[in-house]
Amino acid sequence: MEKITCILCPKGCSIEKKEEGNEIKYIGYGCTRGLEYAKDEFTQPKRILTTTIHVKDGELEFLPVRTNKPIPKKLLFDAMAILRKVEVTAPVEVGSVVVKNILDTGADVIATRKVRKKSFF
Amino acid sequence: MHEYSVIVIGGGPAGLAAALKSFENLDDKRILIIERDSFLGGILNQCIHPGFGLHYFKEELTGPEYAQRFIELVEKNGIEYLTDTHVMDITPEKEVTIVNKHGLKKLKAKAIVLAMGARERTRGAVQIPGTRPAGIFTAGQAQRFINIEGYKIGKKAVIVGSGDIGLIMARRLTLEGIEVKAVVEIMPYSTGLRRNIVQCLEDFGIPLLLSHKVVKIHGNERVEGVTISVVDSDFKEIPGTQRFIECDTVLFSVGLIPENELSKKAGVVIDERTGGPFVDNTFSTTANGIFACGNVLHIHDLVDNVTLEAETAGKYAALYCQNPELFQKGKLTNIIASDGIRYVVPQHLNRNFLEPTILRFRVNNVYHDKVILLINSGKKLLKIKKQYLSPGEMESIALSEKILSQMDFSEDIILKLEDDK
Repeated sequence: MEKITCILCPKGCSIEKKEEGNEIKYIGYGCTRGLEYAKDEFTQPKRILTTTIHVKDGELEFLPVRTNKPIPKKLLFDAMAILRKVEVTAPVEVGSVVVKNILDTGADVIATRKVRKKSFF
Repeated sequence: MHEYSVIVIGGGPAGLAAALKSFENLDDKRILIIERDSFLGGILNQCIHPGFGLHYFKEELTGPEYAQRFIELVEKNGIEYLTDTHVMDITPEKEVTIVNKHGLKKLKAKAIVLAMGARERTRGAVQIPGTRPAGIFTAGQAQRFINIEGYKIGKKAVIVGSGDIGLIMARRLTLEGIEVKAVVEIMPYSTGLRRNIVQCLEDFGIPLLLSHKVVKIHGNERVEGVTISVVDSDFKEIPGTQRFIECDTVLFSVGLIPENELSKKAGVVIDERTGGPFVDNTFSTTANGIFACGNVLHIHDLVDNVTLEAETAGKYAALYCQNPELFQKGKLTNIIASDGIRYVVPQHLNRNFLEPTILRFRVNNVYHDKVILLINSGKKLLKIKKQYLSPGEMESIALSEKILSQMDFSEDIILKLEDDK
């Protein structure tokens, strides 16, 4: 039996998954949205990944980035390993793609901050 | 002396939203935002995690993205702003002394919006014995070091306090390959948002130790570990429960304090419960023509609420420039936080502006099955059932037109908790 905590509201229902033969039952959810959340969480939990990557010639040295949609939770650390080695060159606009389709998840990694070129004056 | 209609102090989410609303409502458009950092956006720039904007924009953004939307509007409208500029002083006459690389300057405003945000409580605020080695940070300071400056701050960490910034840093450190040994919380409940406990701790198997405290920090040059202990209901350590955790980094996430040094100089009276100014429903402080919004007023857990509040402050600051007489005191009705409610903002209602208003408040403990009651001259005007209430989540109720029409403004408005029977 597995357990998760629903995060859709402050109540934080504890939801359990029970398998009885071929039937899968969810116990403890407080609303239908909670049930949908539980189904997703038990089958394939996904998260948006946010981190920073290097920027060359920018007014900042690091660019905050995120995946443009949630990726499987189990791939978070693999994605971090890739992003650690990525470098972009300023200027960068919010929303510009820095890594396309990371780990074949269908999610792109996009810039979340505008970084202008470094000015020397 | 250079004159503005509205000067906004602080270029974070509160300052930006207030400036934009003042701009909309002012004919002369003479507005100035003053920011001490090199960029607009405030602390949002270091909050690179998602979860911002769900209420205001109906989509999930990161901190820098949320800030960028307002920064773009400020730039598009050509609102004047100064970065790398410190405000040294504000007087009750609304003279503002600033300093930057060009030197010292005095400015004058018709109205001022205080939007300076908050400071973090530090190790000193929670008084933990031990040595003073390197490797001790506040959670927000560590967030800046990692997310903006790109430093690796350690290898093994313990986080003291389970506020949202601490929880979010637990995830951030883990993703960066720093092992988070535990989050140590003195209260029997977490003060952070539920989704952060799940997505920042449970996702990575980081233990949350409730009713625990750090009783000593060890190490001379660098942190070598902490001793923790279980505490009783009076927060006293229970003998025999001490345990040593080896680590080289300690983060403190033990709350925020509204940054009101400047406010006090301007003669603004501070509410001890919120740590911010007393305000009415126009977000006017006790000083004429000085308004306050955002974390300088009270600590928020969602930036979306900061924006909404700041928009109100900005709108009325603009109105003050045109009709200051409407803001004269003596037409205020008290809004009082009672049984179970720690504080409520605004604390007053200005009878010249009887417009629908949101009251934001926090409860003083974790409660189950309660009713929030709004009472005025003995009448219960509003009753809201709540299955769960926690000091970690800001609550709000709306004073609608209908409720306002039933009020006797010569009597206090009282907000309290009662058992749900």
